Amino acid sequence: MRDLNRWSLIGFTLFMAVVLTLLPMPNWAIWARPAWVLLVLIYWSIMAPHRVNIGVAWVMGIILDVLCGTLLGEHAFALVIVTFFVVRMHNQLRVYPALHQSMWVLVFVVIYQFILFCIQGFLGDAPKTLLYWSSSFTSMIIWPWISMMIRDQQRRHRTSM
Amino acid sequence: MGLAVLLMVLDHRGAGFTQVRAALSMPLSFLEYGISWPIQFVGKVNTMVSTHDTLVKENVDLKAQHLLLKAQVQRLVAIESENNQLKALLRSSTQVNGKVLIAQLLAVDSDPFVNQVMLDKGSREGVYIGQPVLDANGVMGKVIQVSPMTSRILLITDNHSGIPVQDMRNGVRAIAMGDSYSGNLHLINLPQTVDIRVGDQLVTSGLGEHYPMGYPVGEITAVIKDPGMQFATIVVAPKAQPDKSQEVLLIWPAQKVAAEKVVASIPVTQPLSPAHA
Repeated sequence: MRDLNRWSLIGFTLFMAVVLTLLPMPNWAIWARPAWVLLVLIYWSIMAPHRVNIGVAWVMGIILDVLCGTLLGEHAFALVIVTFFVVRMHNQLRVYPALHQSMWVLVFVVIYQFILFCIQGFLGDAPKTLLYWSSSFTSMIIWPWISMMIRDQQRRHRTSM
Repeated sequence: MGLAVLLMVLDHRGAGFTQVRAALSMPLSFLEYGISWPIQFVGKVNTMVSTHDTLVKENVDLKAQHLLLKAQVQRLVAIESENNQLKALLRSSTQVNGKVLIAQLLAVDSDPFVNQVMLDKGSREGVYIGQPVLDANGVMGKVIQVSPMTSRILLITDNHSGIPVQDMRNGVRAIAMGDSYSGNLHLINLPQTVDIRVGDQLVTSGLGEHYPMGYPVGEITAVIKDPGMQFATIVVAPKAQPDKSQEVLLIWPAQKVAAEKVVASIPVTQPLSPAHA
């Protein structure tokens, strides 16, 4: 029963991340959309690496690919690689102060975007605008709020590990 | 990870993989509807609370516009039936009519480097892969993926899209390729000496049989003839405005209608013209 409770919060946050990814944005802001799903995946693979790891990342990636109309497996590939590194480093990341953590999140999102950029490049339509990378910075800025919000929910659900 | 790479290769190479995609997207279409609904609801509330005055004014304007368009359509119907008669006399196989169905865009964003939109009509309404889609101003794109409730449209401005066009002024034919980042199209493989000027209107040429003939595609905005290049660089601004239009038209070209009687039995569709040669 408690196990189910834990999974429900993980599932809910991931679901909200997908919804935020699909939510229409004004034209000037489309490039600045944070990598919501990646941020939530990073949070959970730091806090619960034995539950959320590359398996969940792969499934989320396939869902993103189907919903966004990108090449099937593109997001899955990028998410799996980044999540792998996050899981490897979760012990250090957990104790870092917020600012330090944000810096690492920036690095992770840049790697994620770089992988997507390369795959798009292979297909012949890599984004030509530098605005593409602005998503990394909005992700970094939004990270402390996301992690705080999920942590509050976690405490309320008594699902902290 | 290997599985992801395998999927990517299969999706890029294999044509039969579209069915897998369609099957995967079917259970996810509830999500697209779920996100789109509240946003469209807000739009509806907005129109509900707009003042009586503006509504009356809008109504008067629309009525005037309606009358104007009706008059034009009356003329067109006569011309169309005449045209079909003449073509029948000439034993031409192309008929200028078909079926249309109005669909709504789902308010869902795709990745910014993917120029695609979602529609709220799918295979239940008879939408098929490769079907042309128009908005009020011109050709918008074609269907690339169908699931029962939704379908995915590749816009003509996408890098992977090419559309056969014809200059209305002199009948020069060309292929317009999309360019995602400028939102324009380019005419490819045209020699430097080609007779195309800024301001020329382009319509679909009907070659390739994906798009029906004679629908507006765009207007030439720039012709750059650089002697150092093999071909002229010609930029086309598309007529269709996918970010402004809410409703689009799905078209069943005449040959398709004749071929698939199933489509004809669907009640929502309506014939484009009552006249039939």
